[in-house]
Amino acid sequence: MKVISLTEYKLMLPMLELVIFALGILLIDLIIPRDWKWLNAVGAFVGLFFAAVCVWQIQATLPGGAVGFSGALLVDHFAVFFWYLFLAAAGITVLMSERYLDLEDEHSGEYYALLLLSVVGMMCMAAGIDVVLIFIGLELMAISTYVLVGFLRRERRSNEAAIKYFLLGAFSSGIFAYGLSIFYGLAGSTNLQEIHRSILAQNPRHPVIVIALLTTMTGLFFKIAAVPFHQWAPDAYEGAPTSISGFMSVAVKAAAWAMLLRILIFALFPLRSVYVPIVVFVAIATMTLANFAALSQTNTKRLLAYSSIAHVGYMLLAFVAMGTSEPGSPAFSDGFKGILIYLLVYTFMNLGAFAVITSLRQRQVIGDELEDMAGLYHRAPVEAVLMLLFLLSLAGIPPAAGFLGKYYIFLSLVESRHYGLAALGVIYSLLGLYYYLKIANAMLIRESKETKPLFVSIGMRCAVGVTALATIVIGIYPEPFIQGVSRSLPTWAKPTAPTLRQ
Amino acid sequence: MPQNYVPIFLFLAVIGTMIPATLLIARLVRTQRPTREKLLPYECGIDPHDNARGRYTVRYYVVAILFVIFDVETIFLFPWAVKFKALGVFGLIEMLVFLGVLIVGYAWVWKRGALEWV
Repeated sequence: MKVISLTEYKLMLPMLELVIFALGILLIDLIIPRDWKWLNAVGAFVGLFFAAVCVWQIQATLPGGAVGFSGALLVDHFAVFFWYLFLAAAGITVLMSERYLDLEDEHSGEYYALLLLSVVGMMCMAAGIDVVLIFIGLELMAISTYVLVGFLRRERRSNEAAIKYFLLGAFSSGIFAYGLSIFYGLAGSTNLQEIHRSILAQNPRHPVIVIALLTTMTGLFFKIAAVPFHQWAPDAYEGAPTSISGFMSVAVKAAAWAMLLRILIFALFPLRSVYVPIVVFVAIATMTLANFAALSQTNTKRLLAYSSIAHVGYMLLAFVAMGTSEPGSPAFSDGFKGILIYLLVYTFMNLGAFAVITSLRQRQVIGDELEDMAGLYHRAPVEAVLMLLFLLSLAGIPPAAGFLGKYYIFLSLVESRHYGLAALGVIYSLLGLYYYLKIANAMLIRESKETKPLFVSIGMRCAVGVTALATIVIGIYPEPFIQGVSRSLPTWAKPTAPTLRQ
Repeated sequence: MPQNYVPIFLFLAVIGTMIPATLLIARLVRTQRPTREKLLPYECGIDPHDNARGRYTVRYYVVAILFVIFDVETIFLFPWAVKFKALGVFGLIEMLVFLGVLIVGYAWVWKRGALEWV
């Protein structure tokens, strides 16, 4: 019998550590008194920090990538990149949550425990190269998020959002699992490398393969909220606690993208002639519908939900560029870098925007309508200016970081000769500027009903500050981040022969 | 390979014809004398006294969920116990970790009051 070695456990040390912290928070929450509930937030933050240190230690001893657990777990630079991203997003979310939960009177340890457990699920999704591990990670993430979305038990909208998200999510997971099971039947293995090898030998237009591909893609597109599987996103984001809306729009989405790249690029790349036309259609539909729907929103959370769907559309454009060019060519690597950098940048700018919206929640104000933004500049000048930075970054205006992501995406499109798609993407980005500036207009120009200054807690100040700093730094000095992203590329450039160290 | 699927389609075709055919023949052949007793829904021989779509308390739901979780725990214990010697110390530690996670859940459920029948 094969015994699992200790080095393999070292690979999943960050996950083990997060699970221990999550369980610890659950237990400690039972004994601490009400006034000390902020200790839970501290515990969660410390856990995330330790996990980040563990990841850093793994990364330092990681030449090309290491596999463990009978080839189910692959820790390469790609996985490490996403692990850092999830941990950063969760850390900022914890900073945002402390006072918000206090105001909502739902301050309990389960929130932080579920947050940490969903990060564990995401880590499995990013590092798994076995569909069973990927699927279990997906479910761990999804079930934790279903509960988090419905965490405001006394709020009708929160319950409604959780039920909608749960029903649609469970259904799409079922379809996704169905597709994966057909691939298992075709390959005789659940390992993505084996699936890749057996797909290479077969006709990509065989009906069984096409059905498997379509069902798998349905699941993947649902998880990244691409049109026509996007309808859960605005409802879920609107009803969820604002901090969780922010977390879902960045971390959950990034995890779904990691899974999508692992499956469609790593394993199913030989089928690209079949799936690229579908992705082109989905990308155009996503950008069109999301941008036009966002124009008429009056709820800021809903508006940002549609904007996050639109951003998925831009990233899908980069995916098209990758799918239509050869691995190793500039268009392929620029498309890949584009998606990863976009996810990184998007994490900070979108979480920043959600942090500002979260800080609008006060004792008597829910604060998620566009009206509540009015006159923010007079009530909280620093937050208003930073919000403007996040909005401009989301719209893709240099020197904010959002420009960098868009630059790589359009570069890869031009390199792969998709001039039409590139033009369409630019036009829709301009359209996006309109609804971002609508928020800015309310903030800076309109008069406020309230005049007294907005109280912003220390944790929230840190969250807004860190995200703003990251948005500016990545925008002005992107070199280290681009290099970091490029390092995750080499094992991917030749999907047929991944360099794995046994 | 498509020809391997032929038996499945044959099977589906046989099912698709057999079931309607038997139902139809039974309907043509049998005598029909419905009485009130025959039309009652069957409930272990007891006369039903309430609507089947009645509401029942949500507390059953919590109990059922908890039962599923701790039932699965025992299911995992069985194969481990059978292969205890082969798995050795490694298996013992793994199982202790698994049980530790479950005990945390049990303590949480207990302290939260989900086991009380309020």
